[in-house]
Amino acid sequence: MKEEKVDVAVIGAGAAGLAAATVIAAAGRKALVIDREDFPGGILRQCIHSGFGLKYYHEELTGPEYAERATIAAQKAGASFALGCTVTDIQIDMMGEFTLVLLSAADGVRKVHADAIVLAMGCRERNRGNIATPGTRPAGVFTAGSAQKLLNLEGCLPGKTAVIVGSGDIGLIMARRLKWSGMEVKGVVEIMPHPSGLARNIAQCLEDFGIPLWLEHSVTRIIGRDRVEGVEVAPLNHGEPDMSRSFTLECDTLLYSVGLIPETELAQQAGVLLDRDTGGPLVDANYETSVSGIFSAGNVLHVHDLVDFVSEEATRMAHCVLARLDGAPSAEKVGNEVGSNLKYVVPAFHTPGATTNFSFRPLIIADEALLRAESEGKTIWEKKLRFVRPAEMISVTLPGELLGHAPITFHLQDTATR
Amino acid sequence: MKKSLICIGCPRGCRLEIEMEGETITVRGNSCPRGESYAKQEMTNPRRVVTAVVHTTSEQLPWLPVKTSAPFPKAAIAPLLNRLYKMTVTPPVHCGDTILEDIDGSGIHVVATESCR
Ligand SMILES: Cc1cc2nc3c(=O)[nH]c(=O)nc-3n(C[C@H](O)[C@H](O)[C@H](O)COP(=O)(O)OP(=O)(O)OC[C@H]3O[C@@H](n4cnc5c(N)ncnc54)[C@H](O)[C@@H]3O)c2cc1C
Ligand code: SF4
Repeated sequence: MKEEKVDVAVIGAGAAGLAAATVIAAAGRKALVIDREDFPGGILRQCIHSGFGLKYYHEELTGPEYAERATIAAQKAGASFALGCTVTDIQIDMMGEFTLVLLSAADGVRKVHADAIVLAMGCRERNRGNIATPGTRPAGVFTAGSAQKLLNLEGCLPGKTAVIVGSGDIGLIMARRLKWSGMEVKGVVEIMPHPSGLARNIAQCLEDFGIPLWLEHSVTRIIGRDRVEGVEVAPLNHGEPDMSRSFTLECDTLLYSVGLIPETELAQQAGVLLDRDTGGPLVDANYETSVSGIFSAGNVLHVHDLVDFVSEEATRMAHCVLARLDGAPSAEKVGNEVGSNLKYVVPAFHTPGATTNFSFRPLIIADEALLRAESEGKTIWEKKLRFVRPAEMISVTLPGELLGHAPITFHLQDTATR
Repeated sequence: MKKSLICIGCPRGCRLEIEMEGETITVRGNSCPRGESYAKQEMTNPRRVVTAVVHTTSEQLPWLPVKTSAPFPKAAIAPLLNRLYKMTVTPPVHCGDTILEDIDGSGIHVVATESCR
């Protein structure tokens, strides 16, 4: 059995893992990036559309271009790769050293010993099971991301005529992709009164092609025995489908684009505690999880809409990993909470006196809003924001001198004058 | 004539209010200069960056992702895609290599967005 020892084992060769490995290897530490896929890049490889990197590389790139740049940077810095290897277990010995068990078609079982671990496993898609659509279970039902993989990496069209359930960005991008591949797209069905994807994707992926978007509508039934033949759609009235106004859309393909969830099975196996609000690991201001020596960044930590933020977050985390390897103590933890109109805050803890970047997921749409940090009943910091959307993460930095020994609660308020 | 558009220049997606009077186009609602140039382009000659995959002879990477080197006239996208879907590329190809040069004299190329050995 192959066995090796590294300073840091990075699980996942997506944008997060690559950025982390680049920083760690550049500092002269031995970093091994492990991924079950044969190519590095993660989800970026199947996102052949353009719209990545404006912030991080100051240039509009496609997903594969971003992936290639990040991979070359990690290789140049001296990181090594174990591709085609799935991490199946993380063991921790009495001395706090980690052993990772890797499974691969080429080498069978392989063991990697490491002083620190970076969890960068990304996220997976919610599927029909997660949202429970009634009806038969015929072929032709996909998540938008799996259809994207099929089409962009394997060159297979999922069918002839599609309906998309949910207006997340992946579904919108796929609507255009299917149209450009000669498929018909009957429409996008969304239960919320507003789309969950970005306005630019509504414009360039739906409106450009005249694809209808049914807001406050729900798929009430899937029709078809062996293969999807159509769906029944009904408008929602106070959250309940109004069957008197239902209609049928004929289609042979159904794509679900109903959200993403962090991929946390492995983290949980290793004893890492999860954050109820994000679904990802609970981390402190150093991105260290509840298990000392295990760090996390990227979509496994919380679902990001922009890859640029993923790379930035992983870079910040990597510097904390380096500090820990150099003997820095683990961070002092003071709790942070979210109050009005925010779904979560990451990190869930701050360290008194340490300048910290916070990420939030807003729950409201507001053209002008005020983000406020409150501690011991007083406002300690506030910032005016423009164009707040649930589809877009908020990322801000608070100076260390404002962060004390008392917990902080963050609030978001709609301040637009209508 | 008045029109409102969503700018596709970046994730912000500003709502652009456009007024056309003869030859002059005034744009409001943009947060940066790219919004104005997008609006003017969109009113006169709408263009989009086109992305697709083309077949290769490589077993390792059977489908090569490609894009147009600049936004391409919308009306000519369908014929361009038809051409791309009929092509087969032989590696090696490097990210950035031209796959189709100067499409119909437009000065715009189709370039590879991934390397393939
Ligand atoms: C379909 C889609 C479209 C998007 N469009 C845009 C866009 O237009 N613009 C933009 O900026 N951002 C976009 N994003 C967001 C952005 O691309 C992602 O947030 C980012 O790439 C995620 O990086 P990551 O490294 O966290 O995760 P991933 O890229 O998902 O990487 C995780 C990696 O971990 C590996 N892995 C997981 N578990 C294991 C295990 N046990 N063992 C070994 N390997 C494992 C996986 O194989 C994967 O390669 C999009 C995201 C998606 C899903
Ligand atoms: S106007 Fe500028 S800021 Fe606004 S969406 Fe367009 S490119 Fe982005």
